Amino acid sequence: MGLLDRFRKREEKEALWTKCENCKSILYIPELRANLNVCPKCQYHFNLPAKERLGSLLEEGYKLLFEDIKPADPLNFKDTKPYKERLKQAQEQTGLTEAMLVAEGLLKDLQVLIAVMDFGFIGGSMGSVVGERFYRACKYASQKGLPLVAVITSGGARMQEGILSLMQMAKTSMGVGYLKEKGIPYITVLTDPTTGGVSASFAFLGDIIIAEPGALIGFAGPRVIEQTIKQKLPEGFQRAEFLLEKGMVDMVVHRKELKETLHRLLHMATYWKRYVEV
Amino acid sequence: MHLEFEKELSELHQKIQQLKRLYTIGEKEKEAELRYLQREFKKRSRQLYSKLDPWERVQVARHPNRPHAMDFINLVFKNFTELHGDRCFGDDKAIVAGFAYFYGMPVAVIGQEKGRTTKEKMERNFGMPHPEGYRKAIRIARLAERYGMPVITLIDTPGAYPGIGAEERGQSEAIAQSLYTFGYLRVPVVAVVIGEGGSGGALALGVANRVLIFENAVYSVISPEGCAAILWKDQNKVKEASRAMKLTARDLFNLGVVDAVVPEPEGALHWDYEGGARLLRYFLRKCLRDLLKLSPEELVEDRIRKFERMGVFTKA
Ligand SMILES: [Zn+2]
Repeated sequence: MGLLDRFRKREEKEALWTKCENCKSILYIPELRANLNVCPKCQYHFNLPAKERLGSLLEEGYKLLFEDIKPADPLNFKDTKPYKERLKQAQEQTGLTEAMLVAEGLLKDLQVLIAVMDFGFIGGSMGSVVGERFYRACKYASQKGLPLVAVITSGGARMQEGILSLMQMAKTSMGVGYLKEKGIPYITVLTDPTTGGVSASFAFLGDIIIAEPGALIGFAGPRVIEQTIKQKLPEGFQRAEFLLEKGMVDMVVHRKELKETLHRLLHMATYWKRYVEV
Repeated sequence: MHLEFEKELSELHQKIQQLKRLYTIGEKEKEAELRYLQREFKKRSRQLYSKLDPWERVQVARHPNRPHAMDFINLVFKNFTELHGDRCFGDDKAIVAGFAYFYGMPVAVIGQEKGRTTKEKMERNFGMPHPEGYRKAIRIARLAERYGMPVITLIDTPGAYPGIGAEERGQSEAIAQSLYTFGYLRVPVVAVVIGEGGSGGALALGVANRVLIFENAVYSVISPEGCAAILWKDQNKVKEASRAMKLTARDLFNLGVVDAVVPEPEGALHWDYEGGARLLRYFLRKCLRDLLKLSPEELVEDRIRKFERMGVFTKA
């Protein structure tokens, strides 16, 4: 272990405290983690990494699918840094292979498929792998008759894969067709932030759309809108509660109640098919 | 109006136009001069447009004189009958939609129109649709499906409009529904990128059995300006961003995102609308001839297979 590593180690150890972005309270990190990254003081919902999200919804022993599908660099893209390097860095920092995990497991007593995104992986952006994994998840869910839940957070399409990223919007949207055709429930959970190409494809194609409190949800980011219309945006614009009011989402659900809500909805939505068709 | 690198060509064009006006049949001297100038124009335009860099190509795709959707609708189709409104909120003039004849065959045409005059540009919001525009497109596409009509879309937009009303009325939802609807349409769909294919706002009309693109048109995940600002943190790096994104017709063809590149007569469409329309008619007819052989189920299957293949990844 080098000096720098040892220094980092100590830093990690000391990172026991953080500040709430919203109410500025000093928060004890282990407590925050135990509270699913929700500020105990003001209920501000911090980002929740994909693995922790899965842990919060599924029973232990769930199985990750499509992990063998890994990112490539089709355009040999380089901006201020080569894309290959960005990928490697993201993989090291998050411990994930890509910005979306697909897991099969039990949500209480219901067998489900869950696709979860991770904002820490290049802003949860959608490139070829996210598109392919989601598309396969739809096909798999359709074949096995499993409901699909997508927990989303994404800044949009991954620019480093250029037009191929854009095409994932079409691919994932068509994937949803496999579910609709069989009447298999597809529920999306939009978390902070859900914008751009992901928002304008499989996120808003959910049969039922749930949003987390305070989540920023929209097609264009607020900065782009402000630059375009040359005025400040009103308070709360593009937040989950605003979308609920505008009729764009079905409900706003606190992270602690998400599992319960999903279970109830899925139970209702699958009940008749399960008991009538058998 | 001409771009900086078109100065010489523009002068040549002016000479030709003047000579054409002065010329009466039988004037040998003017005839020879005219022929010479036309030959020269062809030669130089081919030289010029064949070696443009991607950023210059973007400028040609956005050229103020470039034919727009309405120009093609008038030149390629007959009896265009425009239909209006989304039946929910309003009529978005950034998207024109309706029925028309194509070689005597009724088809639905849906296109993004940027507008030509300042007033028209404002009305059409520079070709940047709101949700109601996409919902109108969905409505007409569904009608076409019910009547068994092929659908042809003409793509030319900087992108879906980023504004307050657009967000309030569900820009994301409208685009997502459009992607899904076009994906499962049980009639032939051909999309043509005629100018600027800007991001999700363009793709919303781009889920088709065949995707064509004009030689100087571009199609990208984000505008070069946006890409430069985000990845290079410098709006002036548009040249680099344009190159890196692989947004030219050639690049898109090589990536398998478009099925064919429609050549532009005289190097660029804006020098010859009629010639461009002729070529588009030829390509569209070829596409439709193939697609009309497929059943509704085969058409959907064809589209699914097409988009399923998109993307590059490794598989262990
Ligand atoms: Zn707080």
